[in-house]
Amino acid sequence: MNRSVLAAILFALTFSFVPELFAQASLAELPPLRWGADVESGAPFAFKDPNDPDKLAGFEVEIVEAVAAKLGRRAVFVQNNWEGLVEGLKRGDYDVAINGIEITSDRKQVITFSSPYYVTSEVLTVRIDENRISKVADIQGKRVGTLAASLAQRLLAQLPFPMETVTYSEEIHAYNDLEIGRIDAVFLDEPIALYYAGPNKKLKQVGEPVGRLEYGIASRLEDRELAIQVERALDEIVKNGTLKKILERWALWNSLSAEAFKQDARAATEPVAYNAFIDSVTRSITLGERLERYASFLPLLAKGAWMTLAISVVSMALAVVVGLLTALGRLYGPRFLSFLLSAYIEVFRGTPLLIQLFLLFYGLPHIGIRLEPFTAAVIGLGLNYGASEAENYRAGIQSVPREQGEAARALGLTQVQSLRYVVLPQAVRVVMPPVTNDFIALLKDSSLVSVITMVELTSTYGQLASTYFDYMGIGLLTAAVYFLIGLPFVRLAKRFDRLANAPH
Amino acid sequence: MAPAILQARQVRREFNGKPVLDGIDLEVSPGDLIAIIGPSGCGKSTFLRCMNGLETIDSGVVSVHGTDLRSPKEMGASEFARSAQIVRSKMGMVFQSFNLFPHLTILQNLTMAPRVVKGELAPEIGARKLLEKVGLSEKADRFPRELSGGQKQRAAIARALAMNPEIMLYDEPTSALDPALVQEVLSVMKALDNDGMTQIVVTHEMRFAREVADRVAFVDRGRVVEIGTPEEVFDHPKNVRTRDFLKHLSKDPR
Repeated sequence: MNRSVLAAILFALTFSFVPELFAQASLAELPPLRWGADVESGAPFAFKDPNDPDKLAGFEVEIVEAVAAKLGRRAVFVQNNWEGLVEGLKRGDYDVAINGIEITSDRKQVITFSSPYYVTSEVLTVRIDENRISKVADIQGKRVGTLAASLAQRLLAQLPFPMETVTYSEEIHAYNDLEIGRIDAVFLDEPIALYYAGPNKKLKQVGEPVGRLEYGIASRLEDRELAIQVERALDEIVKNGTLKKILERWALWNSLSAEAFKQDARAATEPVAYNAFIDSVTRSITLGERLERYASFLPLLAKGAWMTLAISVVSMALAVVVGLLTALGRLYGPRFLSFLLSAYIEVFRGTPLLIQLFLLFYGLPHIGIRLEPFTAAVIGLGLNYGASEAENYRAGIQSVPREQGEAARALGLTQVQSLRYVVLPQAVRVVMPPVTNDFIALLKDSSLVSVITMVELTSTYGQLASTYFDYMGIGLLTAAVYFLIGLPFVRLAKRFDRLANAPH
Repeated sequence: MAPAILQARQVRREFNGKPVLDGIDLEVSPGDLIAIIGPSGCGKSTFLRCMNGLETIDSGVVSVHGTDLRSPKEMGASEFARSAQIVRSKMGMVFQSFNLFPHLTILQNLTMAPRVVKGELAPEIGARKLLEKVGLSEKADRFPRELSGGQKQRAAIARALAMNPEIMLYDEPTSALDPALVQEVLSVMKALDNDGMTQIVVTHEMRFAREVADRVAFVDRGRVVEIGTPEEVFDHPKNVRTRDFLKHLSKDPR
């Protein structure tokens, strides 16, 4: 069966090239310092610079660069969802995580924290016309938004009275929902409120800041040497005033931090970075400027689209091979194999792809199997779609009349030859339209792999939209890109459909 | 009589506890054309399919040119598969519903098995000759769906001949055809008989059986009830069941 051998070789080649795609030539003698953060809705921590979306901006970007410079290493950014930052660190996707991760005693059980690089509090934000809520005690019985897995969420859970917590994964959505009345208040870290609620004239901050949050640089427990170096570097940039200057530029210098660093609470530098940010989000832009901005996204969107397409094509190749082998095993294999394969199909079709991706990416490392994001994405999508492909192919093979196989065997063909030359070529005609449709579905489902740190089209959209507070325009732009990628396959599906329905 | 090229002895086969073949015997000499007749459901098609191992037998033996087919339980499944493979290489089979391969042209229908099974490098030359023989030269590059029923069946015969068989089996080859198209198929079979081909035909075409067959076997309830020359069976049937069958047939407008 030459074709399947070829497919296996192609498959092996594809996988052997994947690491090459991601490998980066290391210029410095020391390995780069890889740091993890979530740049989607990431201001002022780490986010795509509105003035140049190819670059990162944020006070943590400046801190990590200052620390890396002290270590003599180049800082390399790795994207991950905020909720998955600690897991990704443990997996070894990056060396440190710096992204407003609060130092807590239970996090200290699993990762090492540096001394705090910033100290702040939680604040309550409400709509400008809100008069029922003026302090934290007033949110009893109200709907309050916060970030999932944040310290703020846990403080809300500890309140001595009943209220409803609504958790978000992007802060921007929490403040948007507050503005349009889906929730009554947002309880979040002060820097977040400063950047997301501050510029919004329809929102206001009420009550005194509560709690004390310390952000620390996280590293793996076993990387003691790195933790010590980071601590030393951080100490140096505190002492020489670099950190104070960075925080001042971002209008974040406050008394809590000043106390922690034993420095003057008064700011000495203009908050230029903060002003630039506020200017970029509040300045109304002309249609021409907006179109120009969209045009500037095209390289980023193209990169995301390319990743989406690469994941989809490789996953589909895997799904086709797995599906064909599974279908043949179920139809012609011994009973126990057939049983195992139908169990595989039921399990993968009966559980959400999202859970499968999480298990592959974050679950497997606990038993010593660490997959690269691309590999995990392809295996997850490939096995999931392989299960549906198997059923497709089984139906296709069974749609070929039994007499065809008999005629082939009467001519002296073996069972395998009869499959190869008579049954499968006829099954292909029946199976091509659903397979093409599955590929189009896979193309769209591939957006789910953004949860395992893959920066593809959907994740590019999230980063851009949260940078410019423009979910509508950039959303339409992204949808258009998906549509354009899918279009040739939709046409192909129509053509196959016509062929399959042609009379024999 | 020349030594038998095909021999069936005491062949039994049950379906769901009901005997379909109940100890059937048959002996075929090279060059014979044997017509197997009998009421529907009598087991004649099953018998034919047992001869090339498309159907397995429960007991007895089918022996084709020295290769024995017994029950797979008796000889082992892999040994049965191997023997069936050898037997099929010597026999061509033609089905009631043609069973041409719809995804291949007529020429490709003829050349596929010689190429795949025998590894022939240029089966097209022989295939075109066969198509000429059955009068389908112009249809070589057409697909089966473009042919009439009679043309399809002639193509199916040519496809079986392309494997160079010593024996041809026909399972009601004209039953699915318009009456007007029956003759073109039968005349191909007649021509093959003149070439000395050994042929076993399960058929309802009594006129054909009478005119062309060397011997006629009447099968009923899973046994050969009566076998002999067409004159013996049609004109002087010895068995009462044969007589009944022929009597009913003459009432049938067909």
